[in-house]
Amino acid sequence: MSPIRKIDRRRFLNGGVSLGALSLLTGCDLTDNVPAQRLLWNMSFWNDRVQAWLFNPNRLAPTYPESAVDRAFRYNAFYPEEQAPQLDPVTYRLELSGAIGDKRAWTVDRLYQLPQTSQITRHVCVEGWSRIGKWSGCPLRIFLERVEADLGKKYVGFICADGYYTSIDMPSALHPQTIMAFSFADQVLPRKFGYPMKIRIPTKLGFKNPKFVVALSVTNDYPGGFWEDYGYNWFSGS
Amino acid sequence: MRRTRPIVLHPLVVRITHWLNALAIIVMIGSGWRIYNWEPLFGFTFPVWMTFGGWPEVSQHWHNEEGLAGALQWHFAAMWLLVANLLIYIGYGLSSGHYRRSSMPIWPREILRDLRAALGGRLVHNVGERNAVQKAMYIGVITVIVLTVLSGLAIWKPVQFQELTAAFGGYDAARYVHFVCMAAIVLFLAVHLTLTALVPKVLPPMITGRTGRWR
Repeated sequence: MSPIRKIDRRRFLNGGVSLGALSLLTGCDLTDNVPAQRLLWNMSFWNDRVQAWLFNPNRLAPTYPESAVDRAFRYNAFYPEEQAPQLDPVTYRLELSGAIGDKRAWTVDRLYQLPQTSQITRHVCVEGWSRIGKWSGCPLRIFLERVEADLGKKYVGFICADGYYTSIDMPSALHPQTIMAFSFADQVLPRKFGYPMKIRIPTKLGFKNPKFVVALSVTNDYPGGFWEDYGYNWFSGS
Repeated sequence: MRRTRPIVLHPLVVRITHWLNALAIIVMIGSGWRIYNWEPLFGFTFPVWMTFGGWPEVSQHWHNEEGLAGALQWHFAAMWLLVANLLIYIGYGLSSGHYRRSSMPIWPREILRDLRAALGGRLVHNVGERNAVQKAMYIGVITVIVLTVLSGLAIWKPVQFQELTAAFGGYDAARYVHFVCMAAIVLFLAVHLTLTALVPKVLPPMITGRTGRWR
């Protein structure tokens, strides 16, 4: 599997682009053509800003009837299904860090006692396919308020048990349909879809919906993301 | 006879937007084909060498990813060039009378007449004069490009622009519309380039604007 290379994207914004970092980073053309790569990255940052501007916090993703739910929902990750982490509900903890007042870790039991809501929405993958699924769980906004997170910060970052990580903008985190999902299709979230908790964000592409979340942070420091650091657009709003 | 000034067939704005559009369309199609390959709508994929977005081997070597990120970066960068250029071109065409002069009037009967003549090899092409088939082709391809942009927006923003997505029949249907529009543009390009090759004297005016004739 591909190693995770955490590279701080802010360096690009500050203009301190190193050749080595660029050659590691881009899936884009012309490994020796730095100006082209810089242009493409800057266009992607521009697209982040355009999408943040287009994002309407009150705009709900379309919802569907039960009959539209895809019962054989598609598995997708950067590794085969058998290698998905198997987290033990006894030892599992959700760690909190950053601008959060109450940083005590959360157990599965406590998480699952949070107020819950359901949604039947379309999961759209960056590859082009889409599936309609049903998720239930606690609105992330309620959780963030309960742990006294600073909602004025820019980012909410997630780290997953499978080595995945991603981050989202605060307005998307506070959107009413952004939930910590504990169940899928009325069953406890299956292992392959991220037991015990995944973040479901119907206003973003699938890879912005992390599974097996074991750590959450609220921060102004850009946390990046597993695919984002390879050149996939960070905001990736729908 | 006294020579005054050269006849300018294609105004400067039309020439610049034509070539910028050509660049944008090529990048959009090439990168779009690679994006398509990740989740094909039909039973085929495009050969990787025909697609755009970086060397898949290089991308694979560095980060175990065959170049989808690169294709997406190109696609979502070139879309700005395509749209900005298109708006300038259409704004100019409407406000300057360019469309009215070059493409109006256009009648179905004339299109059929000229199409029959063209297929029979009898259609005379005079530089600077558009026959009815050409008029229909240009109006058609510009309409298709606009539809491609709209269906692309419907795929990109099925939540924020959900009414647009619904107008295309939903997310999955919008992908088919986007593909069919691309195919129509490719078909236009094939005809456009073939005709240019058959009548090469039409090419220089699109670069210099001049036909070599004077008024």
